[in-house]
Amino acid sequence: MKAKIHVTLKQGILDPQGKAIEHALDSLGFKNAANVRVGKYMEVDVNETDTAKAAEQVKQMCEKLLANTVIEDYRYELQ
Amino acid sequence: MKIGVVVFPGSNCDHDCQYVFTDLLRQHVEMIWHKETSLAGLDAVVLPGGFSYGDYLRTGAIARFSPVMGAVKAFANKGGLVIGICNGFQILLEAGLLPGVMLRNTSLNFICKDVYVKVENAATRFTNRCASGQVLKIPIAHADGNYYTDPVTLGGIKANAQVIFRYCTADGKSTPETNPNGSLDNIAGIMNADGNVLGMMPHPERSAESILGNEDGRLIFLSMLTSFGASELQSKLVGV
Repeated sequence: MKAKIHVTLKQGILDPQGKAIEHALDSLGFKNAANVRVGKYMEVDVNETDTAKAAEQVKQMCEKLLANTVIEDYRYELQ
Repeated sequence: MKIGVVVFPGSNCDHDCQYVFTDLLRQHVEMIWHKETSLAGLDAVVLPGGFSYGDYLRTGAIARFSPVMGAVKAFANKGGLVIGICNGFQILLEAGLLPGVMLRNTSLNFICKDVYVKVENAATRFTNRCASGQVLKIPIAHADGNYYTDPVTLGGIKANAQVIFRYCTADGKSTPETNPNGSLDNIAGIMNADGNVLGMMPHPERSAESILGNEDGRLIFLSMLTSFGASELQSKLVGV
């Protein structure tokens, strides 16, 4: 199964990269753009056919390494 | 005193730390490759600066799973002296040996310059050769030095005198202007509750001898020696 994982900064955590991008979008004339948040997207092939087992493994991966849960949230989908 | 300097793939201040402890302070140093799993016989461990694992994913996030980190955790939990400098600090945070995380500098720039830091607590194994409130000039060199933690943890480390260094002016005032990276409360260095693990973003090994124009950083290493009853003079014949 393929896990598609998104890691994003929690709400309220300062995102300097997002701010810089927001300013750049503003300079380009995208005046409606607001609250830009930068995150990470990862794909992981999990050698497992049972969705529940794969989900448990991906959750462990996120908790242990892929996200720092002090500042980041994660979500994933399995295909 | 016998010091282990851990070498991760991408460490680049390891030899600077080795040089300070051997050539300047006449101590015995062992370079510890990150695949090692034993720290037997060491008095102190240095996690040096650099870009371990290319800073991939998050700074320090992959290094914390290096085989040696299990031994570093055990060493620290038994009261062993551990200092993490810059990337070493980031690794200690990711490993949970110190509380909090590092965010990207608010300016988004990699900042490499001399800064002033105030010694907030001089009664530690890392700062006993400093005066309380003493201002040290030590360079920083990082892109992720914006210290962050939740309000409860911050309150705890402040109340417990675990904030060891704060960015400040030359005369010791911590102001928003002197904060180079957006770090919470101008924090430049913190210690664990037991007082045996220190993380600091400034690089004392880069300001440890007068030929470099500044030897303020030497006080940190001298303090570590003092906490072991060793001195740079008594121990000229040790090791090396």
